[in-house]
Amino acid sequence: MSFVQTAAAVETASPVLQTKALCKAFGGITATDNVTFSLPAGARHALIGPNGAGKTTFVNQLSGVLLPTSGTILLNGVDITNWSVRARSRAGIARTFQINQLYADLTPLQSVLIAINERENAASSWFKPVGVRSDLVDEAAALLARLSLSDVIHARVGSLAYGRQRLLEIAIALAAKPQVLLLDEPAAGVPEGERDQILDVVAALPAHVSLILIEHDMDLVFRFAKTLSVLVNGALFVEGTRDEIANDPRVRQVYLGEEVISNV
Amino acid sequence: MSAIDAKPPAEAAAPPAASGAPAVSPAARLLAGSRWRWYEFAFWGLALGSYFVFPNKLMLISEILILGLLALSIDLTLGYAGLVTLGQGAFFGVGAYAAGLAAKYGAGAGPWSDPLLGLVIAAGAAGLVGFVTSFLVLRGSDLTRLMVTLGVALIVEEIVTQAKSVTGGSDGLQGVMSSNVLGMWSFDLYGKTAFWYVLIVTFVCFWFCRRLVNSPFGLSLLAIKGNPLRARAIGMPVNARLVAIYTISAAIAGLAGGLLTQTTQFASPDMVAFHRSADSLLILIFGGSGHLYGGLIGAVAFRIMQDFIGNITPQYWLFWVGLVLVLLVLFVRNGIVGLMANGWRRLTQKSHEGKNP
Repeated sequence: MSFVQTAAAVETASPVLQTKALCKAFGGITATDNVTFSLPAGARHALIGPNGAGKTTFVNQLSGVLLPTSGTILLNGVDITNWSVRARSRAGIARTFQINQLYADLTPLQSVLIAINERENAASSWFKPVGVRSDLVDEAAALLARLSLSDVIHARVGSLAYGRQRLLEIAIALAAKPQVLLLDEPAAGVPEGERDQILDVVAALPAHVSLILIEHDMDLVFRFAKTLSVLVNGALFVEGTRDEIANDPRVRQVYLGEEVISNV
Repeated sequence: MSAIDAKPPAEAAAPPAASGAPAVSPAARLLAGSRWRWYEFAFWGLALGSYFVFPNKLMLISEILILGLLALSIDLTLGYAGLVTLGQGAFFGVGAYAAGLAAKYGAGAGPWSDPLLGLVIAAGAAGLVGFVTSFLVLRGSDLTRLMVTLGVALIVEEIVTQAKSVTGGSDGLQGVMSSNVLGMWSFDLYGKTAFWYVLIVTFVCFWFCRRLVNSPFGLSLLAIKGNPLRARAIGMPVNARLVAIYTISAAIAGLAGGLLTQTTQFASPDMVAFHRSADSLLILIFGGSGHLYGGLIGAVAFRIMQDFIGNITPQYWLFWVGLVLVLLVLFVRNGIVGLMANGWRRLTQKSHEGKNP
């Protein structure tokens, strides 16, 4: 089933994240089917596939929310298959969620600061008030500014427009200064007018961060990704560069609409 | 749209000019949130002044403060970490008996009868029980936690009533005698020493909690309350934080129990009974959770209401408590504190941007 056509072309740099024969079964359903995958440093990689292809399940295994049934996951060559979510996060894997996972009653500044505090091991400090480490607060404010959220850093997160909440999702993930960032449909549900902003943010992410993007919006995928993997029924169907995937007749058959291809 | 490229990081540290807020850095603005405000001075000023205004009610005021401290301990877990508990009375009771047993062992003269040492023992014993049982509340939903904490409270209550040789069973612990506070002030019949002792200890505990919730640690608790999934995903040791705050909360509840034993010179199964847990949770909801002051103000309101309604219709007191509770929960977001904050906001006609507890 897995047909890796141009794996050699993809593995130009040394891999940051690898999976070897990764399988995940929920009862009788195989959600991840023998996926061997390699993410080079600085990658701009998109993971696409029809609904139910197992994209989010795959990402959940990478971030540690789910443990695989079999197979291994390597980060910089180290086996992290059984590591906790926290350990992976501290090792440099960050993610955003398909459905916003934010702190509705806090402010964006607090939300980002919480993540920075964890990264800097400053969060177990219990005596000095928040804000004494002004360097960390300034970093949080600067990060929010990069995602053009400066005007709302003190607003209640729950009161922000949906598109801005999606940006905050990315900001919180970036606060950990990750090596690998997993973006699970960052533009899902965002109104047309605000999508460009998300795209700009994704495009402007630091080059050294390796990105995996799950996305249904083919426009976003082809603007962002240099390499793609297509998942079908939990298995890796095909991998390749943007052009290879766009021109692959099998992918066209399985997944892509003709009109999208002709636009690229 | 292209604002990401347009805004260099240097500009980001500057305050948002558009919001109309005075030009303060984000860090200064966060710090301002933990500054002491006038109404806090007013609250503690009133507490202190009550000594002179109600010289005949000092024991009652001490008891209110102790109740408030117990509710404050629940606020740490419920109001900040989002952990529901219906068993705080267990820690209160453990603290009460630990302090009582220490005082009894010292027989009013030995070093074990020192009240401050007694408080340390009370907090330590309750904290230990809290630490051990904290692992039971890490998993599961709010309902599970309610049941688990309730179950622990019932177990502790049963142990206290059955272990007659140690606790005196249903007769209570007799012969509790604390020595003088700091070797100077003895507990008198009018409750003068008790009042100052309880007030100062409560204030110190409050001050400690205030530092705690305004710290990065406190902020991380709010993150867990807000979204544990996200908190884990950013690498937060969620379970360790919950164990820590649950233990601290139990220790403070135990300290409150110790205060009650020391000031009343008696420990009874009533101190670990289920109604302690229920009352203290009720008091916190009355006052408003997540503000620190909710428990203290709730305790005042609860006891005043109990006295007032109890004088008019003693047999229907719980009816009115129930009614007030239903109305408060349905129509006021944050209890009495929320009610007061809203009133003040309307009075000053100022649009507060930050949260003003």
